[in-house]
Amino acid sequence: MKKSLLGALALVLLTALPAFAADSIKLGFNIPMTGDIPDVGESSKNSAEMLKKKINDAGGIDIGGKKYTLDFVYEDNESKAESALSAARKLITQDKVLGIIGPQSSKQAVPAGEAANELKAPMISPWSTNPNTTKGRPFVFRGCFLDTFQGPVAAKFGTEEFGAKKAAVLYDIASDYPKGLSEDFKAAFEKINGPGSVVAFETFTTKDVDFSAQLTNIAKSGADVLFTPQYYNEVPLIVKQAKSMGFNKPVLGSDSWGSGDLMGLCGDDCKGLFFVTHYAAAGAKGKTKEFIDEYTKLYNKTPDDVAALTWDSINLMLDGVKRMGPITGDMEKDRDALRAAMTATKDFDGITGQMSFNPEGDHDPVKCAVVVKIDDEGKFGFYKSVCPN
Amino acid sequence: MLQSFIQNIFNALQWGSFYSLIALGYCLVYGVLLLINFAHGDIFMVGAYIAFYVCMLFLGKFGIIPGMPGWLVLALAVPLTMMLTAVVGVTLERVAYRPLRRKGVNRLYVVITALMCGLILEHANLALLGASRRSFPTLIPTTVYNIAGVNITNVKMGVILVAILAFFFLRFVVVKTKIGMAMRAISYDRFAVPLMGIPADSVIVFTFVLGSGFAGLAGLLFAVTYPVLDPYMGALIGWKAFIAAVVGGIGSIRGAFAGGFLLGFVEIMVVAFFPSTLRDLIAFTILLLILSVKPTGLFGVARRTKI
Repeated sequence: MKKSLLGALALVLLTALPAFAADSIKLGFNIPMTGDIPDVGESSKNSAEMLKKKINDAGGIDIGGKKYTLDFVYEDNESKAESALSAARKLITQDKVLGIIGPQSSKQAVPAGEAANELKAPMISPWSTNPNTTKGRPFVFRGCFLDTFQGPVAAKFGTEEFGAKKAAVLYDIASDYPKGLSEDFKAAFEKINGPGSVVAFETFTTKDVDFSAQLTNIAKSGADVLFTPQYYNEVPLIVKQAKSMGFNKPVLGSDSWGSGDLMGLCGDDCKGLFFVTHYAAAGAKGKTKEFIDEYTKLYNKTPDDVAALTWDSINLMLDGVKRMGPITGDMEKDRDALRAAMTATKDFDGITGQMSFNPEGDHDPVKCAVVVKIDDEGKFGFYKSVCPN
Repeated sequence: MLQSFIQNIFNALQWGSFYSLIALGYCLVYGVLLLINFAHGDIFMVGAYIAFYVCMLFLGKFGIIPGMPGWLVLALAVPLTMMLTAVVGVTLERVAYRPLRRKGVNRLYVVITALMCGLILEHANLALLGASRRSFPTLIPTTVYNIAGVNITNVKMGVILVAILAFFFLRFVVVKTKIGMAMRAISYDRFAVPLMGIPADSVIVFTFVLGSGFAGLAGLLFAVTYPVLDPYMGALIGWKAFIAAVVGGIGSIRGAFAGGFLLGFVEIMVVAFFPSTLRDLIAFTILLLILSVKPTGLFGVARRTKI
């Protein structure tokens, strides 16, 4: 009697589950909820929950005339590469998600991207800027621009905004990110202003605190602008020492300026300077402002770039879902249809800018960068957006 | 070109001042105890942090006392930082080095202990205050003087001046005073001196007070010049200052002073005229050459044993 009852229950459940699943779209999140950067995981989840509630309250999304609700599965990758790999596998094979959002950092996104590509499940990393995440992987996308894109943007902005004909660069030669970015900036600036227009290309080594010799050369070189793609702990020293060397021209930075406590360390000296980044909360308009207001109301804090990029990445994937045609229930087929739909994304209007994917090559979005001006209160305010051309 | 060169001379004088001030501390302790106090770079770091908290206190950031003007804070911070850092140095001596010395162990063990003490200071700081960096407050606004195309700031002149004054003061203490004579005597024969009625332990404590006090002063000036503090700031500069002291002739005040400035000059000039990646390569090759020609360093005298 008891056995048959259980059996009946199981039967009901088994038949009910797929029926329920058919009416919902299941997406997986591979995010760091514990580990070194739990804030990143929290921002991602906050954005996701907010979006899910918004869409489900409105009755779900419309695919081929049928409404589907959203079902999000969060998997913690502990900010570790191996955990990100197993989280990706679990989401794809056990949880049977249609697509994955995350991981956020390149350290986890590169290995997880390999797994997703092998298992043929679409994955989008909102925040990873390392080229290897998407390189040669048709199933892997990203929601932000590459490191290599910032150099040309900074070069263009410096030329147009300050009328700079000559530029100087100061960077840490022992660190990959500043080195790559500086070389990209130099190439782009010399393309605009002619060979030799980068008049000082000075280097230092990680942990250096004295840049007086380099800044002496830079001050004497007659550069109109100084580009320094360094981190928040080095920027204050560079800016202060540049001033004491008599260099009073603008200093321009990259998205690494936005991380950490730049203004706490730099104080008044950094006010009025510019840097290139993904998104700026202060001074945002339109859709971006709506998102910021809603997020702030819900979680009592300003969304950071992770939250904004995650929001865009989920929407980008959902945009693909809407265009992929009717859901067949055959996982392999549906995932491939989603990949094809996402690849065809054109002029997707996100809160961090418009995005398109090149039909050929890797799935790195063509999107505009934001130039932030540090205002007199030390806030990072939106100044203008600069697009690639 | 000439302007750049003169500018870089001032840059080098400033950078060399820090090496010199730290090297003087190495040199004092080595001169008296023949002990290489590898914790010295970290005492310098502790000095910078002490200076930070002293300044924040006097600026009224903790609310205990009302805020004071920057110049007064600096004037008060200098003696207070030196004293408090000296307390840290003496504590290390009492807790770590003296018990070992009493047991009469080989000096090698004391040197290893010093290394460990340095690591303990670094990581205690990391554990207590966290990895986030501190921003040293601006006490006196930086004024840039442009003299014939050469930019000199008030801070830069202050640092160079203090380093020179510190050298003359320490040299006066060691050469001209009675306690200086006692220090030199202990260095000459540690076992005979107590028999002459000289309290060796007090003299050693005094040596640590001097050495650590000047490390604290260096820490304060460093924080004023490079206002971002982190727990590992003392390690690398400490080792380099030690090398500077050895090249100058460890145990000689003049040697430490000259060695510090020499290293500062070489580093700045290499960066000014070559790619910065060559800095340490060229700098230490030059120092190595000096040592191979004159193993006792520029001003050193031959001793029986060295570590």
